[in-house]
Amino acid sequence: MSETTQWITFALIGLGTFAIRLSFIELHTVLRIPPLFRRALAYVPASVLAALVLPAVVFPDRHAGFDWMNPQIPAAALAALVAWRTRSTLLTLVVGMGVLWALKHWGL
Amino acid sequence: MPYPSGTQAFRQGAHSALPLTSGIVPFGLITGVTAIGMGLSPADAIGMTLLFYSGSAQMVVMQLMQNAALPVTMVVTALVINLRFLMYSASLAPHLGQLPRRQKWPMAYMLSDQSFALCTLKMGSGGLGQHAYPYYAGTAITMFLGWNLSVLAGMYLGAGIPEDWSLGFAIPLSFLALLIPGIRNAATLGAALTGGVLAVLAADLPYNLGLLTGALGGITAGLAIESWQKKQPMPEANSEQEAS
Repeated sequence: MSETTQWITFALIGLGTFAIRLSFIELHTVLRIPPLFRRALAYVPASVLAALVLPAVVFPDRHAGFDWMNPQIPAAALAALVAWRTRSTLLTLVVGMGVLWALKHWGL
Repeated sequence: MPYPSGTQAFRQGAHSALPLTSGIVPFGLITGVTAIGMGLSPADAIGMTLLFYSGSAQMVVMQLMQNAALPVTMVVTALVINLRFLMYSASLAPHLGQLPRRQKWPMAYMLSDQSFALCTLKMGSGGLGQHAYPYYAGTAITMFLGWNLSVLAGMYLGAGIPEDWSLGFAIPLSFLALLIPGIRNAATLGAALTGGVLAVLAADLPYNLGLLTGALGGITAGLAIESWQKKQPMPEANSEQEAS
């Protein structure tokens, strides 16, 4: 990606995000969210985040196939458990990275 | 209880946002570390951080850049992730909509998950009265400073971190830390499971379309479970509609 394309991409995302944030604050007298759309929005974070996490964990190298011995799988599973019990970003990161480093260092 | 003055409301807003920065600081650090680690120049990284002011969109775009995805995919994916701000914007509109543009636009730019959560909590208990704007401004400015300073600190650290630390794994881990607390019922769990599994199955699709497939499938699954549950006899099932 060239420097120009990259900055145009960044600018478009920035402008689009600002437009989304401003939307109802600016136009709340004229705009209304359709009820189905409002309900669908509630499932955006869970769906998108899971769709990002799972492939990134299961395929550390995008061109390799599925591998049960991939140390990222147990690391992510433990990190998920920690996230569920503690809801702490910091602990989730520390446990996930720690398990990954331990498994890579001592082998499986 | 309503605040006696705007200054006090602002201070209280900043004060209640402060503990929440502990949730975004690690994420900001990792964002800064990752940006430098993947070879972005400091100017690129700072520009991206200020333009987006959205950690999840920034992490996603950085991951897509590493996968050499099309710029169109990056824009669409980042904006889909940020669609949740529509909801926030709608619920804050009655409190911020009347302000003049020079106040309204910066406040909209600084809209974050945390400011939204704090303000809706306060509004729900009826404690803001006429001081909703300074309270919101206190939360928003605190989060904005917390975020940008932690990304800067991460960029500074990132320059010294060796490749074999597999820091790339911090990206999915940070998403996991955002994902798990958001799973509150069967419908969100169904959305997450469907989205994740579909994205793995569709991982070979070109242009990262697997991500979009997973996301749409997950949203559909969430809606389907929600309407299936509403058909079960539950007297209070509709009570939360139009609550805002």
